[in-house]
Amino acid sequence: MTASVLMPLIVLLSSLVPAVLIFLLPADRHWLRGAMSLGGATLKLAIVAIMLWGVFHEQTYRLTIPFLPGLPLTLHADALSMFLITLSALLWLFTTIYAIGYLDNAPHRRRFFGFFSLCVSATVGIALAGDLLTFLVFYELLTLTTYPLVAHRGSAKALQAARTYLTYTLGGGAVLLLATVWLYHVAGTLAFREQGFLNGLVAEQGPTLTVIFFLLIAGFGVKAALVPLHGWLPKAMVAPAPVSALLHAVAVVKAGAFGIVRVVSDVYGIETSDQMGLLLPLTLAASFTIVYGSVRALAQDDLKRRLAYSTVSQVSYIALGLSLGSPIAALGGIVHLVHQGVMKITLFFCAGNLAESAGIYRVSQMRGIGRRMPWTMAAFTVAAFGMIGIPPLAGFVSKWHLGVGAAAANQGWVIAVLVTSGLLNAAYFLPIIHTAWFAVENSVNGKSDDHKDAAEAKWPLLAPALFTAALSMIIGLFATADASPLTWATLIMRREFGL
Amino acid sequence: MIGVGAETWLILCIALPFTLAVAAYVVGPRANLYVAWLAGLAIPLASAGLCYGVVTEGAIRYAVGGWDQPLGIALHADVLSGLMVLLSAVVGLVTCLYGHRYLGGADDASSRSYWPLWLMLWGALNALFLAGDAFNVYVTLELVTLASVGLVAMTGKAVSVRASFRYLILALAGSLAYLLGVALLYAQHGVLDLVMLGEQLGTDWASVAACAAVTVGLILKAALFPMHFWLPAAHGSAPAPVSAVLSALVVKASFYLVLRYWLDVFPASVTDVGSFVLSGLGAAAIIWGSVQALRTPRLKLLVAYSTVAQLGYLFLVLPLLRDAAQRDAVVTGLICLALAHGLAKAGAFMAAGAMQRVAGDDGMHGLRGVSVSTPVAVFAFALAGISLMGLPPAGGFGAKWVLLDASIASDNWLIAAIMLAGGLLAAGYIFRFIRVAFHTEEFAGSVVTRHRTLEWSAMALALAALLMGFLVEPISIWVANAGAAGTTQLAEVVP
Repeated sequence: MTASVLMPLIVLLSSLVPAVLIFLLPADRHWLRGAMSLGGATLKLAIVAIMLWGVFHEQTYRLTIPFLPGLPLTLHADALSMFLITLSALLWLFTTIYAIGYLDNAPHRRRFFGFFSLCVSATVGIALAGDLLTFLVFYELLTLTTYPLVAHRGSAKALQAARTYLTYTLGGGAVLLLATVWLYHVAGTLAFREQGFLNGLVAEQGPTLTVIFFLLIAGFGVKAALVPLHGWLPKAMVAPAPVSALLHAVAVVKAGAFGIVRVVSDVYGIETSDQMGLLLPLTLAASFTIVYGSVRALAQDDLKRRLAYSTVSQVSYIALGLSLGSPIAALGGIVHLVHQGVMKITLFFCAGNLAESAGIYRVSQMRGIGRRMPWTMAAFTVAAFGMIGIPPLAGFVSKWHLGVGAAAANQGWVIAVLVTSGLLNAAYFLPIIHTAWFAVENSVNGKSDDHKDAAEAKWPLLAPALFTAALSMIIGLFATADASPLTWATLIMRREFGL
Repeated sequence: MIGVGAETWLILCIALPFTLAVAAYVVGPRANLYVAWLAGLAIPLASAGLCYGVVTEGAIRYAVGGWDQPLGIALHADVLSGLMVLLSAVVGLVTCLYGHRYLGGADDASSRSYWPLWLMLWGALNALFLAGDAFNVYVTLELVTLASVGLVAMTGKAVSVRASFRYLILALAGSLAYLLGVALLYAQHGVLDLVMLGEQLGTDWASVAACAAVTVGLILKAALFPMHFWLPAAHGSAPAPVSAVLSALVVKASFYLVLRYWLDVFPASVTDVGSFVLSGLGAAAIIWGSVQALRTPRLKLLVAYSTVAQLGYLFLVLPLLRDAAQRDAVVTGLICLALAHGLAKAGAFMAAGAMQRVAGDDGMHGLRGVSVSTPVAVFAFALAGISLMGLPPAGGFGAKWVLLDASIASDNWLIAAIMLAGGLLAAGYIFRFIRVAFHTEEFAGSVVTRHRTLEWSAMALALAALLMGFLVEPISIWVANAGAAGTTQLAEVVP
């Protein structure tokens, strides 16, 4: 009884309390600050592990805090929440280690780590939100806490990027607020329920619910970077590498994608939204985003921008899977939530290492870097192969289920989208890998090469990248093992479809 | 609070600040520190006692000196006035700490007039919130105006004196219009008690004319667009603790009266045209105030224009009161919005004052990179901004949620859209300053002197505004209970 209330609270506080303490701590207490960040992250991971076990055994974790009239803040752990929360707790620990190494001797570290911890608290809140209002509260808090991270460098370019980010996300937030209030007015409740809570209202309120659905998707689509709402993402690349890793893999885009998952599966219900004909537009938008993001990625020479457009493309796999209305496709979409996170964070860690150790920011500067930084590039290569969808890596598992699901849903054309995207992924990742490993270092314009004296990155930067690269291999290879993301996603799907 | 009746607290809420104001004047600046502490502790205690009594026992009426209506002066406390007194108490407590530190030693000329004037203002505000008859309201309104004008002019700088003079003229015009309305009411009905008036007023032209005169007078003082032009100069040029009180409480007092009259006195006389005109002006205020806040070159003016915009919300939603089913929700939303804005705005002005201290000036350009020097103040400003933008979990969000729900329920989509747009505009001007504060350019002001009391005072209020969202539910319950008991049928008349 008490454990069921305490667990969600501890998970939330394990990053909130360190955040407050970090802000209060004198700016020069680097060791203590690091210890608090890491301590919080470790504690969170431990609690999450316990909760995973509990949720699997149908134990409920539920905490309500009185908030608005008739609408308390509800933190509730179901199978789907545990999926995102495990991903974020795990990757957060590694990103924290990485950030401590990356920002060694950088200014404003107190501010950075303070907001960094606040940001994970917001993500935890999003994962555990038991209703749409709670989700909205933490979703907006995520916007506010990531702004200082994007603006961190304080340069004109960083401030401009942060401004763009804010314009998009707050605009999306306003749309979301309207849709949420409206939905509350129509339905009288906002509590997430497996297979949705609107079934009884479709006959009466069909058109209204359709409008609300698209408002909600538009609101979440901003953070999920659905084209044409993706404009902020490539610009936000100006942020420090750990922030980019975080934005792309765990926090911001995932919050948007997770919102879409919640709306489709736990507000409307996959089957209900399918019957209402709401899913085809989403399929089209996601498909277009997948191809568009990949095409744009081809043209980018800036490494982080190329990765950013890759994110635009890859995150929409999640929405695509949900929108096909078939359990297997939904499984592929949900599992990609974790798979994309693990692979993409690896790529950003590596991009950060290249920038930090060798001053490399563009693909064209990467000639022969594989020989100087073999471990970094090895991790990069594994993650990139995963993104392309080469078996047996994680990305393949997602794409396989998406393809099978599309066939099952009689939407064969989606397979063409997947294949196109796979080819495009190869077209923008393979040249990077080829340049890094096989191209000969040469002098450009008579000047000696940029990274002549570049050595492998130091271990706090390298270890997280190697670990996540290994992880993306393991979760692909052992996809059917008991503790794999795929098995857990199957559990979610079984509960969502009531199978 | 146990053992002392709510009536005693009611009297203390008014008597304490006036007594201390006189004491501060007589004893002079030597005793500033003691006055600050005494006022900062005793008045909030009395206010909390009153509020607790009102919430637990229902509305209170008190006839001063035992003279019953229609001859005597009635004091009246219900949930609405109790919460406004409580807002004054919280802002007032922090203002006492902040003002003592901000204005410095006893030899400072402005600190000599500050304490008597500020305490008089506090007393007048409490008396206004608790006034039970129309003429009593007029007297307290004038007291509030005079004390405020004095506070604006306190520093004696040319710009402040000019601003305070403009403020005085406008406020007097407002008082005259108000007095005209009261005269119309008295000539017709022969009573001044608000409750009794409410029972007698109808839709006849005299009632409507009185309603119009009273409302026009009050919106002049509440700085509703386009009558706002005196506000930015007055609030922007006053010392920070004064700006905080003016923006958080003084304009709110006039709005409180509009609400009080519309709810209790004129419910039958308010026309649809009248409420939509005010709503339209409110919408214009939101847009105009925000646009000016996006353009002004000074931080304190930015905060002052934000007040113009935020006051717009309060008037924007007035038409929703016409729908009886939404009345309680709208009243809850309005109270929460007024409280949240009061806390957030006082916090924002205090943060601006702390930054002005280190930068030497409040020009946006000179504040570049100020977060290096006053991180706590910048953080406080941002937290207060969350409430002004209406983002969760701040009080501004809770209020906006309730009001959005009410406007959707009564099909007022335009009002909902303007509320959402106003939030985005607020984000525009708040982050305009955050960008300046985060700028990497070397901060030009002093980085050595810290003003911890100033910064943490601002932080306390900003945190209060941020957490106020959690008070929305209790307030909605209190309002519903008071509505069920009937705001006009009061429990008893205490001699």
